[in-house]
Amino acid sequence: MARKITIEPVTRVEGHGKVTIHLDDAGKVTQTRFHIVEFRGFEKFIQGHPYWEVPVLVQRLCGICPVSHHLAAAKAMDVIAGVGPADLTPTAEKMRRLMHYGQIFQSHALHFFHLASPDLLFGADADPAIRNIIGVALKHRDLAVKGVLMRKFGQEIIKATAGKKIHGTGAIPGGINKNLSPEERDAFLKAPDPLNADTMVAWAQFAVDFFKDFHKKNTALVDGFAAFPSNHLSLIRKDGALDFYHGALRAVDADGKKVLDDADYQDYLEHIGEDVRSWSYMKFPYLRSLGKADGWYRVGPLARLNTCDFIPTPLAQKEFEIYKAYTAGKPNAMSLHTHWARLIELLHAGEVVRDLLNDKDLQGTDLVRKGRKAYEGVGLVEAPRGTLFHHYRINADDQIEMANLIVSTTHNNEPMNRAVNWVAMNVLEGRKEITEGMLNRVEIAIRAYDPCLSCATHALGRMPLSVELVDARGGLIDKKER
Amino acid sequence: MSKIKFSVDGRECFGKPGQTILEAARDNGVYIPSLCRYEGLKPTGSCRICTVRVGGRYMAACTQPLSEGITVENTAPDLEDMRRAMIEMLFVGGNHMCPTCEKSGNCELQALAYRYQMLVPRFPYQFPLRTIDPTGPKLLVDHNRCIKCHRCVAMVKTKDGKSVFGPLYRSKRKKIGADLTLAAGLTDDQAKKAMDHCPVGAILKKEIGFAVPIGRRTYDKAPIGSDVETPRT
Repeated sequence: MARKITIEPVTRVEGHGKVTIHLDDAGKVTQTRFHIVEFRGFEKFIQGHPYWEVPVLVQRLCGICPVSHHLAAAKAMDVIAGVGPADLTPTAEKMRRLMHYGQIFQSHALHFFHLASPDLLFGADADPAIRNIIGVALKHRDLAVKGVLMRKFGQEIIKATAGKKIHGTGAIPGGINKNLSPEERDAFLKAPDPLNADTMVAWAQFAVDFFKDFHKKNTALVDGFAAFPSNHLSLIRKDGALDFYHGALRAVDADGKKVLDDADYQDYLEHIGEDVRSWSYMKFPYLRSLGKADGWYRVGPLARLNTCDFIPTPLAQKEFEIYKAYTAGKPNAMSLHTHWARLIELLHAGEVVRDLLNDKDLQGTDLVRKGRKAYEGVGLVEAPRGTLFHHYRINADDQIEMANLIVSTTHNNEPMNRAVNWVAMNVLEGRKEITEGMLNRVEIAIRAYDPCLSCATHALGRMPLSVELVDARGGLIDKKER
Repeated sequence: MSKIKFSVDGRECFGKPGQTILEAARDNGVYIPSLCRYEGLKPTGSCRICTVRVGGRYMAACTQPLSEGITVENTAPDLEDMRRAMIEMLFVGGNHMCPTCEKSGNCELQALAYRYQMLVPRFPYQFPLRTIDPTGPKLLVDHNRCIKCHRCVAMVKTKDGKSVFGPLYRSKRKKIGADLTLAAGLTDDQAKKAMDHCPVGAILKKEIGFAVPIGRRTYDKAPIGSDVETPRT
């Protein structure tokens, strides 16, 4: 009997999503879809607001990585204020970088320790009552404490640069509204263990080592789960280095061939198209040069380490070399390796934060520049989960006339759908009964791309998830809730 | 000069002839809140936040002249709750999105909401449809945030004394409009002052946004009224 499995709601970044899996009479998977059914409307309701309000306004899209939206919008507003990336004062650029790398540090720590580690430590089939951060704290106290404190360190960096841990106001068009006082700097450099920059780097190294050890013991799972080839896109520094704050666009295909390189993101519309499908409010971006069918790509840690040539800090570079050697230098297409890549980035972010804190430019007093006003601007950053595009146009009265935001989750729409499909084909196909562990595998696949989706399950230990088995005529066969 | 003796919440105070209750109370270290009032301007008593009780009667402290021997109630629980209700009405009657407002931290309405511990308003939100209007080359007026206190009407004037802002319509339709020709003649300094005089974030000087970091804004440093209040001995 043909069946339709619906997972609804899968809590999304900022709302609701659901997964549907269609099975035919023989139990074969005929269709899988990861639907985003929430409509946020930010692009519409910021219209009419003055442009200088936008970096503070749009960051409300997210409570986990607001800094990314804040900075992407601020970079777009720099362009509108007539201040190019090279025109920012050193203090402004480095304060923004500190804010951003602090956020990468906290977000990656949150993702790995709070959201992903329960799956790794307890297994996909473990009791959901313990498969959460509280369970980790009870059974692996040292790991949980490290995760919580690493996140705290990153959040404190954000507070020192933006005024608040969440939804601050640091970046303004053309610069930044504060520098870092010597007292604020010393609070990070000279604090007693563990909340100082050196210990954070050591703990980030510990996290990388932890994953490598897990990988060694679970090679088949980590390498095989939801592995599929794709294109990869990210910002890259001019010299090919990994850079989360600024650079040019680069995309590579599944073989590592550059299909887009050194592309100015102000012209992103020439390179990126957005496809619309009737069953999801989320668009499907693609590389125009490869077309709608083949141009989809991954963004995020996995993609970034596939596009960059090197990482410009020593400890992370050493880990990058080990990571790249595992796939003989070829692009890595294994979804669970995203965690490995994420932790190497965590280490890199820790090193950058430590180095920036020792940079005297942060105590500079030249904070803002002003140039000749433009009426359109694009800002890009590499958010923790991937490339984030903000594009705005203003009218002659400084009011927003048009906004287009392409967030990481949108770029990863097709890959997440493919990952869900992989689980359906490899885990659910041919099974008559759905188990909680099977559902969790669907989420593990999604979770590798976007931790916000799994907030509900791991933060609270109980995900508002219901799954129904429905026959071809809509009759309920089986239902599971948790 | 003769002194006028009066009391506020049992505290003995002295004022000068010609003062209002609010002015005299503040001189004695007693804070009576105000919104529409601005130092140096003739008070209009329009917002009623300063309502006190004198001899059982409710009065606007910013307009009521001081008189000998009066007994003023300022912090009675019912008065405080009435003020909180007025603040709540101002919030639900407009669209006050503090988290993304440039004036947050410098906003008198927000500061009063904190002082009177406003949590969830007891009144339903009205969500009125309002616009953000360009007002000359230097200003934007966000009517979502306007509380119609008339400060701008009294204070923002051209060199020859003409008001740039003025009320339009009546009752629920009332809004503060601007003479665009006069607004076009405002200097940068005048435009900045117009923004600073507004107790909320309705008048925005163009291209100024979030330049003062969190922690250094007026009410980050000290709650509203703390500059007036002296502890009771």
